[in-house]
Amino acid sequence: MCSVLSRARRWAFAFHVLTRQQHTAWESDHHGRLYTGHIQTSPVQKALLAVGSGIAALQNPYRHDMVAVLGETTGHLALVKLRNRMRNNPEGYTILIERPRIQVSTLDLSWMSALPDGSLGREYLCFLEKNKVTPDTRANVKFVDDEELAYVMQRYREVHDLLHTLLGMPTNMLGEVAVKMFEAAQTGLPMCILGAILGPLRLSTSRLQKLTTSLGPWALHSGIHSRCVLSVFYERRWEQNLEDLREELNIEPPPFTLPANSKRPS
Amino acid sequence: MNDAMSLGIHRLWKDALLRVMNPQPGLRLLDAAGGTGDISFRFMAYTRSVHEQKLRRRARSNQTPSWQDITASYSSEGAGPPQSRAVVCDINKEMLKVGKGRAEEAGITTGYEVIGGDEFGLSCSSAGVSWVVGDAEELPFDEDQFDVYTIAFGIRNVTHVEQALQEAFRVLKPGGRFLCLEFSQVSTPLLSKLYDAYSFQVIPVLGEVIAGDWKSYQYLVESIRRFPNQETFKGMIEEAGFSRVQYINLTGGICAIHSAFKL
Repeated sequence: MCSVLSRARRWAFAFHVLTRQQHTAWESDHHGRLYTGHIQTSPVQKALLAVGSGIAALQNPYRHDMVAVLGETTGHLALVKLRNRMRNNPEGYTILIERPRIQVSTLDLSWMSALPDGSLGREYLCFLEKNKVTPDTRANVKFVDDEELAYVMQRYREVHDLLHTLLGMPTNMLGEVAVKMFEAAQTGLPMCILGAILGPLRLSTSRLQKLTTSLGPWALHSGIHSRCVLSVFYERRWEQNLEDLREELNIEPPPFTLPANSKRPS
Repeated sequence: MNDAMSLGIHRLWKDALLRVMNPQPGLRLLDAAGGTGDISFRFMAYTRSVHEQKLRRRARSNQTPSWQDITASYSSEGAGPPQSRAVVCDINKEMLKVGKGRAEEAGITTGYEVIGGDEFGLSCSSAGVSWVVGDAEELPFDEDQFDVYTIAFGIRNVTHVEQALQEAFRVLKPGGRFLCLEFSQVSTPLLSKLYDAYSFQVIPVLGEVIAGDWKSYQYLVESIRRFPNQETFKGMIEEAGFSRVQYINLTGGICAIHSAFKL
């Protein structure tokens, strides 16, 4: 009885999501470039950028712009696979057509904060507040030479914070590594794989133990078995209950909760 | 950043400019678009070492002075060594502030600072390096003030180069020397290809990785290509009224030092 009802609820939701009004579209008039902020680069430049940004990011992991550049210059194959996976999913396909963006300007914050506790929108706002981050700190894509793939990359970046909410992970080093492991398992982006391998090196022994014994395996397992998180139209699901969404996406709740990161935002 | 892009060679280029200048102690230098004062610091060090060399030579040749010579040396000691003065002028206040900090660390006395940008005539007579905010196209100095005018890697960024050259002519004393160190055109085809490849492939990447700014460094390499070549620039300097215009290529023409006199 329960499973029939929940399935019916899910179908109703899907219908609702696919038929609501269009959201902010990706701009398309860009002075001859493929998209705003696009910088044409030769293969040599991309190779140099990949090496240079890799070194810079390793030396100073707080240089998010370098992590971003590394992701863009090494992620072509993974982006193609992600894009194809999105195309094969009806909701993902809608996202590729409508190109929604998660930015402070496109979110109705007052409406979202009035949502019931446990809803995606409310939990997302709580997460942003507790960890002192904002969705606008994500850099724009520059070095991807295909406009659709650039959008996929941008979507991946903007969904990252929502992923923290879905996985219940804070923005401290341990939480970030866990999310990176999930992303590495799901997207195959070389930058995520690199982050997942090198991130643990910066953890204290006790945290490393937590990672290797329970958090890590859970993150990898969830990443492999869950639905593609980029194919979820979050902007139309703010009212949905977070637990329901996790179930729908096949994401198990975390093995234990971690305290929020009230220090430096990531 | 300059060190990364030029592999440290920009220091050698600036040293070469000083050797071509060969300033004697007591000169007044205007370091236009001087930024953080690289040329001025070298100028002060060079004149100081020239002065010390003179003293050493005089001491060596003066081993057994007569009583008259000793009396003469007492009276001239009060006058002190000739004061070399350098004025760093730049449109960017922040660069001047950084330069001033470097001067203080190195213990170079500061003549005066004008970080306000008003026009006024130079009448201060203290030694050392001074810092003035100003536009190379409209210098805040009276005419016939300086013995040497230099502009190192700055004239390329000036909107009206002819105006900057005319201003240089105006503020120089008669007999004064104009020196310009700037990126120029490479003559040999092989070096030109390597240089182009390096400029367009590597420099913007360095800009992105080190400074997080691709576009400014892309602009940098493009502005270098747009600047007139050695001969054309020589013509422009002659147009402004200078005589005895010469140029010397550095590193195969990647840079050139143009020298001229106000006669």
